[in-house]
Amino acid sequence: MAARTLFDKVWSEHEVVPETADTPAVLYIDLHLIHEVTSPQAFSLLRSRGLPVRRPDRTLATMDHSTPTRTEQVFGNIPIAVDAAAKQVRQLETNAADFGVELFAMRDARRGIVHVISPELGTTLPGMTIVCGDSHTSTHGAFGALAFGIGSTEVGHVFATQCLLQRKPKTLAVNVEGALRPGVTAKDLILHIIGKIGVSGGTGHVIEYRGSTIRALSMDERMTICNMSIEAGARAGMIAPDEVTLAYLRDKPRAPTGSAWDAAAARWRTLASDPGARFDASVDIDATTLEPMITYGTNPGMVVPVAATIPARPATGAGQTVFDKALSYMGFACGESLIGKRVDVVFIGSCTNGRLADLEAAASILKGRKIAKGVKLLIVPGSQQVKRDAESRGLAQIFKDAGADWRESGCSMCLGMNGDTVTSGQYCISTSNRNFEGRQGVGARTLLVSPLTAAASAVQGSIADPREYL
Amino acid sequence: MEPLAQVRSRSVVIASSNIDTDQIIPARFLTTTTKEGLGRQLFADWRYAADGSPNPDFVLNLPAAADCRILVAGRNFGCGSSREHAPWALLDYGIRAVISTEIADIFKSNALKNGLLPITVDDATGQWLLANPGAEILVDLHSSSITLPDGTQSRFPIDAFARHCLLNGIDELGYLQSKLPDIERYEAARTW
Repeated sequence: MAARTLFDKVWSEHEVVPETADTPAVLYIDLHLIHEVTSPQAFSLLRSRGLPVRRPDRTLATMDHSTPTRTEQVFGNIPIAVDAAAKQVRQLETNAADFGVELFAMRDARRGIVHVISPELGTTLPGMTIVCGDSHTSTHGAFGALAFGIGSTEVGHVFATQCLLQRKPKTLAVNVEGALRPGVTAKDLILHIIGKIGVSGGTGHVIEYRGSTIRALSMDERMTICNMSIEAGARAGMIAPDEVTLAYLRDKPRAPTGSAWDAAAARWRTLASDPGARFDASVDIDATTLEPMITYGTNPGMVVPVAATIPARPATGAGQTVFDKALSYMGFACGESLIGKRVDVVFIGSCTNGRLADLEAAASILKGRKIAKGVKLLIVPGSQQVKRDAESRGLAQIFKDAGADWRESGCSMCLGMNGDTVTSGQYCISTSNRNFEGRQGVGARTLLVSPLTAAASAVQGSIADPREYL
Repeated sequence: MEPLAQVRSRSVVIASSNIDTDQIIPARFLTTTTKEGLGRQLFADWRYAADGSPNPDFVLNLPAAADCRILVAGRNFGCGSSREHAPWALLDYGIRAVISTEIADIFKSNALKNGLLPITVDDATGQWLLANPGAEILVDLHSSSITLPDGTQSRFPIDAFARHCLLNGIDELGYLQSKLPDIERYEAARTW
């Protein structure tokens, strides 16, 4: 058999009916994750047609986007501030009960951001197909799963049939070689990659991240990389499962055990792309020269090293208008240094950087330090499990001592639809994934960074180079 | 879904590239549990001032935009979030086709499932369209082509199955359900 890529192997194992010129493939979905925002209309579709959720055993629900993060709102008697959000949360409870879907409800100890809880439970496994009505589903590709975001109509398709109609995407190899320098993280690497290939550089493709740099990353770091594949326009991002993957999964609550583990592990070890496997496109990255990165504009591809200046206006073309609009929105000018610029809010959290390793990184800088006067630092764990781990390891105390606001888990300020927002005109140094206009609140100005750069900036009270705080 | 064969309309142009779905419909409006009524919030942060009054400079607020069914946008339209609320909002507003030189994958898939035509054109056609707002355009799905006011025709790529479903008003779920025997066989045969 011809040499095959990781993607080819996972795809072909899930083809119920192969694609033809006239019809897309029927692709089987192993795990369907759902949340409160993109599922209501899909449940309505089932109701209108009298259909059940065909495989509730392959469906898992949580609430994360519109849920509050203040402890008194999650566990106390203070209601969700936004009526529509409260209704959405209640709707998911009703839908899950009516259709027999397991739900981690508001006060469940296993609740959290959908892309954080599934890996930590061990429901995300190598070789699976995983979908969710959420573009950051690409996160699960860190395990060698084919995982991608879908719309609500497709959520309904998966409910009804456990399958999707899909055209086979192309493949893009991103080869990363060499060791990352101190202060340079997985977040900086993926921001660099997006800057290099562009925000539509991955459109129509599934990315496989490969090379010595990727193999040296922890699972938390690999999830950060795959998470932002969508910010390069890619359908999904994948990393071949290896011993790091297996070690992570070994003791997870729902991972296979005993002989089932042995059989699964043996199969997972065969998933890596074969030597000589052909990709439709490839990009090479030298990791040894990378620096901490920061976005300066209004999409994740507008990114530079934190110590650099804001680049010059593009010489020609449609890019000029976008560039001018972005800089005007951000209140920046060409040639300005980013270091030392004003910071109002620092947000550490999200499905990109809300896992334990991210909080440990932030704590390494915040330990024994105080955040600058006038800066608000919000630290939101990706899940209740991450919260408990951070508390038992003393990280939460470090954060509180530094002056941070330590919250319950959720998407929080990443997208500002739950009460956690940035005020118009304010600058937010954020470990999330999107610096789009208004993403964190109307008029909010977002700069995407790693947890190290976020923590250093909170301490300094202005945009900081994390290498000065290591 | 209603069968869809042609859209003939003047164009409304938003020339920015990389228009993300957070601009098309900001996240704070996603607390809805239905698909209806999102047109009012389409491009909300560009369309309205902080006090809710219409921003007089934004193209959708200009008289010329009234009744336009075709939106022409810069490259990489619909990037970002998977929210199907984006095509729902465009459709509820009255847009039936979006034309760009590149359209993001998930947006394209969502649009096709709702009868909103995502049309990608070559750079020259894209540039002409961006430079000529209000041009009368014919989008024809039978021939997979758009016709410009001077009669110039250019073909656009569209998945054959999606085109078949749109032309005949077929909903893809019905087709998927017809594959249930295959799906059951697949599940029974899988050993892992």
